[in-house]
Parts: sequence; structure tokens; C-alpha cells
Amino acid sequence: MPTLAETPLGRAVTVQAVDGPRAFRRRLLEMGLVPGTPVRIVTVAPLGDPLRIEVRGGQWSIRRAEAAQIQVEAR
Amino acid sequence: MTQASCHDPDLARAMVRDPVPARPRLVLAGNPNVGKTTLFNALTGSSAKVSNYPGITVEAASGALTLPGGRIADLHDLPGTYSTNARSAEEQIALDAVVGLDGAPAPDAVIVCVDATQVARAAYLLLQCQELGARCVVALTMVDEAGAAAPSASALTAVLGCEVVEVTARTRRGLDELRAAVDRTLRSERRAIWHWQPGAALRPRLDAVREALPATWRAEARYGAPLAAADDALALWALTCLEPRTGGPDDDELEVPDALRAAVAAEPAPRDEEAVLARWAWLDREIPPLVHRPPDRSRTERIDRILLHRVAGFASFIAVMTVLFMSLFWWAAPVMDAIDQGFKWTGDQLHGVLGDGVFTDFLVQGVIGGVGAVMVFLPQILLLFLFLGFLEDCGYLARVAYLMDRIMRSMNLHGRAFVPMLSSFACAVPAILATRTMERRRDRILTMMVVPLMTCSARLPVYTLVIGALIPGSRWVQGLLMVGMYLFSVVTALVAAWVMSKTVKPLKAKRLPFVIELPPYRWPRFGGVLRMMWGKSSMFLREAGTVILACSIALWALLYFPRNLPESAPDYDALVAHAPDKDAKDAALADQQARQLENSYGGRLGHAIEPAIRPLGFDWKIGVGIVGAFAAREVFVSTLGIVYAVGSDADERSEPLRTALHDARGSDGKRSYTPLVGLSLMIFFALACQCMSTLAVVRRETGGLRWPVFLFSYMTVLAWITSFCVYQGGRLLGFG
Repeated sequence: MPTLAETPLGRAVTVQAVDGPRAFRRRLLEMGLVPGTPVRIVTVAPLGDPLRIEVRGGQWSIRRAEAAQIQVEAR
Repeated sequence: MTQASCHDPDLARAMVRDPVPARPRLVLAGNPNVGKTTLFNALTGSSAKVSNYPGITVEAASGALTLPGGRIADLHDLPGTYSTNARSAEEQIALDAVVGLDGAPAPDAVIVCVDATQVARAAYLLLQCQELGARCVVALTMVDEAGAAAPSASALTAVLGCEVVEVTARTRRGLDELRAAVDRTLRSERRAIWHWQPGAALRPRLDAVREALPATWRAEARYGAPLAAADDALALWALTCLEPRTGGPDDDELEVPDALRAAVAAEPAPRDEEAVLARWAWLDREIPPLVHRPPDRSRTERIDRILLHRVAGFASFIAVMTVLFMSLFWWAAPVMDAIDQGFKWTGDQLHGVLGDGVFTDFLVQGVIGGVGAVMVFLPQILLLFLFLGFLEDCGYLARVAYLMDRIMRSMNLHGRAFVPMLSSFACAVPAILATRTMERRRDRILTMMVVPLMTCSARLPVYTLVIGALIPGSRWVQGLLMVGMYLFSVVTALVAAWVMSKTVKPLKAKRLPFVIELPPYRWPRFGGVLRMMWGKSSMFLREAGTVILACSIALWALLYFPRNLPESAPDYDALVAHAPDKDAKDAALADQQARQLENSYGGRLGHAIEPAIRPLGFDWKIGVGIVGAFAAREVFVSTLGIVYAVGSDADERSEPLRTALHDARGSDGKRSYTPLVGLSLMIFFALACQCMSTLAVVRRETGGLRWPVFLFSYMTVLAWITSFCVYQGGRLLGFG
């Protein structure tokens, strides 16, 4: 299963599952990154990390290593 | 409307109707960046006060709010949070305040801010509050920004089962309606509203854990009436958040009874996802039909295309940071000088009125000097909070973290640690206060532990004096050495952060996600920024200022008493009286001052520590300077001025002082201060924590003596070892 970290810039994908330690996973889920949620990488920070992603009409900054814990599928 | 629209009548209806208390307690909850602070200011007006939660580094604001009919209620602002599932200190506060744990009485109502552009996410927190049995009122903010996308308040009221009021704090629209809604809600019965039902697997677990809740945690004790569904919600919280202690850095910081923790541990994992997914399933079903279109982010997107651009973004970042730095470093300087002069003038006037004497010296040098030592920080602190408030309000501070995270992360620092690190070139005190922009306590403390290593402006006079007096070579060499000291401080601060994050247990990196929201750009509310600037600055004056003042007076006494000179001292009064001219008289007075300082407790302390600092190349005179420098590093210069009898008003450019240092001889006839001693001294000043103000502020911000003691100890040890290596290593290599 591809992860959000591997997703090309701008491509719209859907969250399949969030992995990683429990507290990490719960935080992302509680912020609304639940399975089925559309997500998209908007830009990458000038130094290559973190990523700027769009979720539910808002934008977050998330580190690449954390995005690698988010499994996605193409829409 | 309060009752009619409620869901789940079968679940959790407590037939309670407590009378409205004389002074109801309200809390204001909400996600970060939803205009919560603006609403808080609009509701409480000038009654708002900023303080810290006792014992932890989290700010608390509270104020009074007038309800219809004239009843006064206390409104407490909570830290912005996405959930009450506590993990961090901030979330624990939110939970404690909503349900009335940890000594806080249960609030009579909770106002939840819901951002009209992010309804579903903001409503997630509301759902949790409702489950916990809070009487909720929704303040729908950012309606103007959402425009046509905003859901209608009446439709939301019907779905959420609590009153929803549109507010625009800036124009004060909806504030009266919100007050009226709060008043109605206070009169309603307390219920725990669950918009979803626990499944067959979760239900028995909730029952089991609920039984383990201590009596004081039950709704009966907190709300004065049994409310089984509210107890269920607390059991769900425990199931979600508690884990067996491992002793590792990922342990939660929650304080709960052992029996409860054991009951949770007895339930098999996974325990947490059902509730989160069920809430989101409900929100995703109910909310989207009410939101007519996604919020318009095009303006923010256009700005971000520049401010987060590979080249233009960094250029504008450097420009913003330069203005911040210049303002702390240069713009504040004239005001600080003026404050300094003002206190000196006041002291002189007082001296003129009262005449010579111990009491006069106490008032002029101890008290007025001490108050001056506090007030001199004020311009920098006001400016810093002005800038931070402005940058935070308009949304740029989150972008700073986004841009700098890569660099800061490599040292295990938070992206937002950049601004405090930069501010600390001016002064560590405002820099430590600036760590408040970080959400996690661990990030704040780690940053506080390293910013005092940066070259602050108080080290400059010391470096200038030492370089000018002791370091030979052209101005270029001397200038390069000064630049070198700056670079040295940056490298040590970054390396120290990395080392501490690997070795000091409470500072180890926890595997929490670095997910920060990049909010839409908004115009800052100048009134709110100014009010918060003043609130935070006056908190500094009140709480850190008093400690700094007390330390200043203690240090003054240390260097002032005892007044009598040993028998062997010449009769200075006679010398002054019979001096043939003014120069001779001044010389006699300066000699007397020097002897008195040497004989003071501080002077004796300088002698006493000489064996400890001898291996660094320092004699007792520098020892006295180091003792004096504890008031503020630049005091080192004037203390040496007294020791070398060139007068207490000598500054770092004073030629007599430079010559005295350069020509000083030890008892063996050799130069006391070689260039190598100068280097060792600068290294010592770069690393040692000779600043009681820093320690006072760290104590204030961390709520205890543990961190200031740690800070002082590690910096002193580091300074001693490094200076030792420089001096002894240099001697081995044949320098000095």
C-alpha cells in the first residue's frame, strides 16, 4: 500500500489507514485524518521536509517520516 | 430550543436541575486558531488577567463576563486543543477544566468556539464535551471569513443539540445573543449527550472501567448528581489515554489513581479507535449537508505562494527575522539607556536629599538599582510580545515552524524554537518568555535550557573589554574573534540541545506527531495584540520582577557589607581630607572603594573561590567580578573598575581600566592576564549561567526550582571544564 510520503505533489488520494505508535495515530485520527478522508500534498518545505498537506479544507504541516505512516490509495 | 432538539433521549438523561450559582463558572474551549482569544477579550473586556497555571508552563487567562440580568460569571480561557484526550499538559488542563477534576470545580457551562470554516473538526471537541456532561454553548466564529460556506446557526443547533450563536468579536456582533444563550443554558438541566452508541465490544469495557473510577471523579461528586453517561465518558477517556507505565520517555504525564490504571490495563488493546471513528462517522454524516461549499482559501494560497516559496519564502523569512532581531537589539537600546539613566538620575537626586549613609546606599544602590535592573528588560519584552502577538495572529508563526523545522528538528528542537533562539541574541529573558508559543512543555523546557548559551547583549561589554585590553592584534583580528564568539554560542546551544534531548530523561523526544495547522492568513486584531502584550509583560514584572529585585538587593548587600576596614588599611578619611588636589582626592576615594569591596562578603567570596578558578587562569579579582556579574553580566566591567580603583563608572571602553588590566602583575611579577587568560575568561562568560534574571524567569516559567538548578549546574560545569581545557591546553601548547 503506498503511503502519503510517496504520493506525488498535488495528487488527490484517500486515507486508508494510519499506522505508528498509538498516541501518534490517535492524534491524527482525532484531527480528522480517518480512513476515507481525501488528502493532498500541496507543497514541500524549501529544505525538503516537512510537507504541507490539505485535509478537510484546512492545511497542516506534517513531517515526511510521519506521512510515511499514513497509507493512502488513489482516488 | 434547549431541550427539544436533543438526541438520544434514552441515553444519559439525568433529571437534575441545579440552581444557577451566584457567580457561575464558565470555560471557553476550542481548537487553536479559531478566534478564541479574540472572543475571550471581547467578552471579558478589561477584566482579563493572564497568569500561568500553577506548576506548569501553560498560560491561563480569566476574566469576568456579565450575563443578562446583571449576574457576573467568571470566564476561564483554555489552551487551544483539538481533543480532550489528554496526553500533553495542555490537553490535561482542558479535560480537567471541562469536567472539574484536579481541584477545579466543574464549570457550570462550557462555551465551545467552532470555526465556521472548519465546522466538523471543531465540532469534534464539542462532541467530547457533550459526552462528558458539560452544558455546552457553541460560539460560531469566522462567519465573515467563511462567507457563503458558513452553515446556518439554526441548522447546527438542530443537529448538535445545543445552542449555536454566530459571533463576530471584532464588530461585537452576536455577543449579547451569546450571553443570553449562556444564561439559558445555565438554567437547563445537565445531561451527557452521546451522538453515537458504544458497540457490543466497547460497552462491557466501559462498564468495567467505570466501576474503577474513584468516587471524587464520578458525576455525583463533580456535578452533584449521578449521570451515568458522563461517567461512561470519563471511563472512555481512561480507556483511550491510559497505558501501563513503561518508565520510558513515551509514558503519559497523567496523574490517575493506580486502581484506575490497573482496570484499564486489564482490558485488551486496541481500545481507542472505535470512539474516534464513531464520532467522525457521525460528523461526516451530519455536518457536510450543512456546509454549502468548501471555504475559500485563495487569498491565503496566493500569499503562501510567495512566503513559502523556495527562494522568495526564505528571503522574506530572513527579512521578518531581521526586523525582529534589530528591534530587540537596536531599537530597544535607546529606551533601555533612557530607563537606565532615569533610575541613575533618581538615585542621584535621592542621594542629594538624604546625604551619605548606609540607608541612602541601600535605597539608591540596592532598591532603585534593583528596580532598574527589572525595568530595563521592559522595552525588549514589550517589543517581543508585540511582534510575537502580531505574527501569531496573522498566521505567520506557524509558517516559521514549517520553514525551520528541518534545521531545528536535527537538534531535536521544535520548529518554533527558532524565534526564542534568535531573541536570545538580545537577551535570554524575553527569549525564555517567547518559548510560550510552543505547545508542548518538553519543547519549551528544552529550548529554555539552551537559549541562555546564546551571546546575549550583556556579554558584549565583557567581550569588548577583554578583547580591547588583552587580545593583541589589529582591529580585524579582534573583530573576527567577536564574530567567533557569536558562532561559538550558536554551535554550543544547538549541540547542547541535541545532547540533552538524548540524555536528560524529561527532555527526550517523545513520539508525538509534529502536526501543526497552517491557518489562513488573517489581519491581526491590534487591540487584542496590545492587550495581550501588556498582560504578559505585566505578568513578567509581577512574578519574575520581584525575584530579580530581591536578588539584586541581596547581591548589593553582599558587595557592600561589612563597612569597616581591617586595621592595616590606611585612614582614607584623613587622606581624602588632606588631599592636595582633586586628582589625589579621587584616587584616595577609589582606593577606599577598592579596599572596601575586597573586604566585603562578596570580595571574600572572590578570594574563597580563587582555588577553584585558578586552574582557569583567574585570580581573586576576577572572582569578585564573577560574583558581581551574577546581577547581570555587564556588571563585571564596573566591578573590575572598582577593584582596580579606576572608579565604578568605568565602562568597557575605559582606557584606564584597559591599561590596568593589561598591566596587572601577580605577586611573581608576571602579567596576571595574558591573551590566553582573556580567551579563557571569554569562554567562561560564554558558557556560565551568570544571570539571576534568567534563573528567576526559568523558575517562574517552569514552576519550581528543579529546572533553574539544573540550568545553573550544567552551564557552570560546562563553563569550568571548557575554560580549563582552553587555558591548560593553551599553556601546554606554549601560549601564555
